[in-house]
Amino acid sequence: MGEYVPSQDLLPRIDRGETVAIGRLITRAEGDVPEARDALANVYKRSGKAHVIGITGVPGSGKSTLVAAMTAKLVASGKRVGVIAVDPSSPYSGGSILGDRIRMTELANNPNVYIRSMATHGEMGGVARSTLATADILDVAGFDVIIIETVGVGQDEVEIVKASHTTVVVSAPGLGDDIQAIKAGVLEIADMHLVSKCDRPDANKTLTDLKQMLTLNAAKIAQSAWRTPVIGVSSLTGMGLDEFIAALEGHRKISVSSEGDKRRLEIAAFRLEKTAKRMLLEEFDKATGSARAELAHRLSRKEGDPYSFALDLVRSVTQ
Amino acid sequence: MSQPIRVLLAKVGLDGHDRGVKIVARTLRDAGMDVIYTGLHRTPDEVVNAAVQEDVDILGVSLLSGVQLTVFPKIFKLLEEKGSKDLIIVAGGVMPDEDAEAIKKMGVAEVLLQDTPPAQLVANLKRLVSERGPR
Repeated sequence: MGEYVPSQDLLPRIDRGETVAIGRLITRAEGDVPEARDALANVYKRSGKAHVIGITGVPGSGKSTLVAAMTAKLVASGKRVGVIAVDPSSPYSGGSILGDRIRMTELANNPNVYIRSMATHGEMGGVARSTLATADILDVAGFDVIIIETVGVGQDEVEIVKASHTTVVVSAPGLGDDIQAIKAGVLEIADMHLVSKCDRPDANKTLTDLKQMLTLNAAKIAQSAWRTPVIGVSSLTGMGLDEFIAALEGHRKISVSSEGDKRRLEIAAFRLEKTAKRMLLEEFDKATGSARAELAHRLSRKEGDPYSFALDLVRSVTQ
Repeated sequence: MSQPIRVLLAKVGLDGHDRGVKIVARTLRDAGMDVIYTGLHRTPDEVVNAAVQEDVDILGVSLLSGVQLTVFPKIFKLLEEKGSKDLIIVAGGVMPDEDAEAIKKMGVAEVLLQDTPPAQLVANLKRLVSERGPR
């Protein structure tokens, strides 16, 4: 059928915003295709104009619906918006059902919106391995705002803060004790808090809870030029969305200041570390496959101990 | 590492029955594929835009409403306009044999109707992707 188009040849077409070319390079980034690495390196160097916004929160908190509503607002104000929607992979089959698009059907035909669904494929931090490379590609393709919607998170999936300029944590009303439960993890990373479904009467309690929690963090407040806001929104009625968009713009201004430089450095450091570790793991898997099976057998027969065998394996790769 | 096959499953037009397509989605998920489901009542435009943005290997269109002979020509025309050259199109659902033949002539790679056993469905899709080769 089709023939293989070299990744370098996709680049000028991506610059022109050609959907087919954008989609294909993202696929190759996701598959970690070696042939695409030079093209992705080129894209990385030229990216950096877009405002990358991370949206995270518990499953069912309304992230996808919110992303649809905010994207519609941003597009109406003349922005081009890329959406990266991450859903979990099955721990059993490795497959996935990516359903975020269902909430975004009204955006499907808008030429200023690009939506890409991706599965976590075993990554634990709430975002997929190629999420940042995808953001680079969309950035170079001329999207002004890139929204990364994480998987529904629990307490510990906080990688999004190292992947976005602005991190938004969405909480839904009525989850009661769940709010308490996540206080130690995900809630700490927010640049802004949204309480979704504020058309519901019990939303006020959640708003108050979050505001009170933030006041306990006096040390952080004193250090930063940014005051983490708590905004009630309803994607259903549109309530609070304008305030939310204005807050995003406000945070973007901070993110181009010296505080932003710090954040960009953190993002770069994190990405370097992730990429290097992944390469190291791949080397390890490739180099030690047969030796590992052999050592496992010997270990099960108690012919050695796990510490010295593991050290042998590591040394066989690093030396 | 080999990449999971990406499939977009779509319901087009006035067709409110999605139990079948959800079973297909689950079957493919359990076979290790990434499945994007668009929901009900999509237009050919929406489906093609989604398939191109998502850069899926396979676009599966489920039809129980008898509109296959109008929907597929639209889908193929839109794909050509977009410059998509290697997307594999598969049809599912219920339709007369002569319609199945007709849409195959238009370029639908496989017509897998309601009596297709799950294992055969999975095997067919894997074969289609491997025949296409790397992309």
